[in-house]
Parts: sequence; structure tokens; C-alpha cells
Amino acid sequence: MSSLTIYKRELKSYFGQPTAYAIIFIFLILSLGLTFTFGNFMRVGDASLQYSFFFWHPWLYMLLAPAVGMKLWADEQRNGTIELLGTFPVSTWSAIIGKFFAAATVSLVALILTFPIIITVNYLGNPDNGSIISGYLGSLLVCCTFLAITMLVSACTRDQVVCLIVSVAICTIMVLCGYDDFTRELAKATSTSTVEAIVSFGVWDHFSSLNRGLFRLQDFVWFSTFIGLCLLGTSTILNAKRA
Amino acid sequence: MIEVTNLSKHFGSKLAVDNLSFTVKKGDVLGFLGPNGAGKSTTMRMVTGFLPPSSGDAKICGISIVNDPAAAKHKIGYLPESAPLYNDMTVIGFLKFCAEIRGLSGSSKKDAVEKAIETCFLSSVAHQAIDTLSKGYRHRTCLAQALLHDPEVLILDEPTDGLDPNQKFEVRQLIKRLGHDKAILFSTHILEEVEASCTRAVIVDQGKIVADGTPAELLEQSGTGSLTDLFRTVTTRDTAA
Repeated sequence: MSSLTIYKRELKSYFGQPTAYAIIFIFLILSLGLTFTFGNFMRVGDASLQYSFFFWHPWLYMLLAPAVGMKLWADEQRNGTIELLGTFPVSTWSAIIGKFFAAATVSLVALILTFPIIITVNYLGNPDNGSIISGYLGSLLVCCTFLAITMLVSACTRDQVVCLIVSVAICTIMVLCGYDDFTRELAKATSTSTVEAIVSFGVWDHFSSLNRGLFRLQDFVWFSTFIGLCLLGTSTILNAKRA
Repeated sequence: MIEVTNLSKHFGSKLAVDNLSFTVKKGDVLGFLGPNGAGKSTTMRMVTGFLPPSSGDAKICGISIVNDPAAAKHKIGYLPESAPLYNDMTVIGFLKFCAEIRGLSGSSKKDAVEKAIETCFLSSVAHQAIDTLSKGYRHRTCLAQALLHDPEVLILDEPTDGLDPNQKFEVRQLIKRLGHDKAILFSTHILEEVEASCTRAVIVDQGKIVADGTPAELLEQSGTGSLTDLFRTVTTRDTAA
């Protein structure tokens, strides 16, 4: 119940100000723009969104998800409202859940608004809509993972800029780990087991399989474990800061 | 209503609150005095459940804030020192949010918000964004938040800080009025406030209670009939070290 109250407040805060609109607008422009330019959507002539559309999402999220999530705890700490929240009869955990889902809703809205691309691809060809849906699911999970990381960083600092820079850096590393060009270079320098360990930290392995329409249990376990650990870490940091 | 027993707080090696014990009963307005850094805010933060104590306990209406924080927090209304607010909300939006988080809904929520707005004279700014409010209104909005659920215990950290003389007077009258059927603990630097609205006062210095009594008793203890003299005698000045 209290999670829902906090969720509604955060959502109002996102949409009552230009923040959410600006981020959603930039996401739409870039994701659709890249699809039709560098993504070669028209030229390839393939009725699929795997390489032309979804390929760009982790790159966009590594910049935009921290912009969505950076205020979540940093702002509370800077304004002192964390003291109000801490003396309301709500647990830290329900506040974390409420805030996380509000940020996730912003990204869900952004994703839903890319629907013209689904219409386009269905109009032009005969795509596998099942794999498009699983691609969307994978995209949302990558975004939620980056939001969870941002939330964890946000709990550590009261400065939104610091939070943004650190979160973007972590998310960039997660996008680069497992990106083909990067791992190829890495393989020249280190052993195969090290490369495998680094790749498993990256998002591509898990995102790509969903993007291809494969529902593998291990990917869901990876995403939910990663998100769960970040949220747990957030709770630990917030509690430790008070002690 | 508020029973504080052997409450202590360490920040690293620094002892901020040292084995503090006091009680505030229903109908009592306890003034919490002391120089800056004496441990007043830290004590209040522990009593309200924001900071966990290093040792000791505080019971709110018999409920331990350490063992059952959620139930104890229901009984408390708290005004933090800097009157923090969500700047992106309107006054009424903020109060509705606070009422909802306190478990109020429907008509009880609406009534509680209306009553708090009336008590704190906020009707002229009810639909205004919080970041456009003057300091006095911000303070009163935060105070309204503390009164919403009609709590049995009120904890106010410097409720008159930064207000103009008219607003100070209003808040003091309000504290006095509310004190009839609540237990109120409030901190202040203004010694006249103690005489104006407290039934009892304690002076804290370096985390310890150094004077405790009714305003009349404290005046007598001062020898000169001035609370300022007593305050200067029993507390350490920060220039002393």
C-alpha cells in the first residue's frame, strides 16, 4: 500500500515536470532515427527488428536510464526529505520498490511509444511478432537493470551529477562487456576464461537471446538476480548511512 | 507518552548523545534547550525512529521505537529541523501524499488535509507549488504534515526557526493549544519561548542533561531570574575549547 503511494508520487513528479517528457522524446528520436539510418532498416529488407531497432537500445539506455534514475535517492538526501520518509510508518524496502517501479514505468512508456515501428514492420513484411515481443521484454529488462544500478549509486550520493556520471560509467562497462568488437580485442590480450567471465557480466548475452525470441530461464534468473541485488544493496546503503 | 531511557548515540568515536533519560507525559510541553551541536536533533531523530540508537530505547505510548518502529511511528508527528518538503508538489498534493502514507483514505484523508490546512493557515497557498513558497509557509506546510493524523506525540525540531515575530507568536500559541491533549517535545534556541509555551524544560549540553525543571524552577535555579544566565552557566561555549 505504501509502495503504491510512493509509486504514484514519483510518477507524478516525473510527469509533472519536463524530465520524463524530455527523456522519452530523446529516446524516441534516437531509437527510431538510428533504426532508419545506421540500422539500415529499409535497405536490409528483413522483416525483423533484431539488428535494426533493438540493437541500439542498450547503447541508449546506458545514457538515458541513469538520467531517469539519478534523482531517486540523491534528491531525497539533498533536500532532507529522506528524514520525512524515514519517520513515516513505511519501510525502506517499500520506498525502494515504489521508486523503482515508477522509474521503470517511465521507460515502459517510452518503449510503448515506439509502436509505429511494429506497425511499419508488419505493413512492409511478415515478421515473427513473438520474437518482437520478446525483444521488447529483453529491452525493458536491460533498462530495468540499468535503473537498478543507478538507484544503487543514487543511494550513495546526494549529488545527482556524480550519480549520473558514475552510473553511466558502470552501464557503459556492462554494454561493452560482451559486445563483439570489444570481446574480440579482449581475447587477444587475456585468456578465454577471463573473457567468458567478463562477457557474463555484460548485458548482450542475455539481451540477444531474448531478442532472437528465445526464452531462456537463465536470462530471467540473471536479470532478476542483478536487479534484486542492486535493490538489496540500495536498502543496505540507506540503512547503513543512518547507523 | 514519550519515555526515553539511557539513550546514547555514537558517530564513530564521537559521543553525540550520552545516556539520556527523560519522560514527557500527555499534556506536557517539554522544551529541549541546548547550544548548537549539543545533541538535540540527534535525540529527536532517534526518538522518531530516523536514526537507530547506539544503546537505550525510546517508548512512544508504550511502544518501543527500536523493537516496533512502524507501530511507534504511527503515533508520532515530526517536524524536522530544516522543514524538508518535496519541492515539485503543491501544498495540498504534498499533504494528501503524507495523509495517504499515514494510512488515511477517502473522506478521512480529505478531512485531515482540510483541518491541517486550516490549523496552519495555509488556505491561501494550498494550490501553490512548494518551491514558490516563502520560508514561513514552507515551515507551516511541514508542520501541517506533522499534525495530519492527529498524533498523540508531537516532536518539533526548532519549530519557530526563521519565522517572523507574528509567525513565531502563532506557532507558540498553536503548540500551547495542542499541548493540552498531546505530549510535545520541541527544541529551541529562544529562551523566552520556554516561558511562553513550555510546562517543563531540559537543558542539554554535550549529549547530557544539565538542567531539568519547570520554567519557574529553572528561573529560581539561575539565581538571577534569567534563563539566559542559567543557560550560559550550565552549558559549554563552543569557543571554550
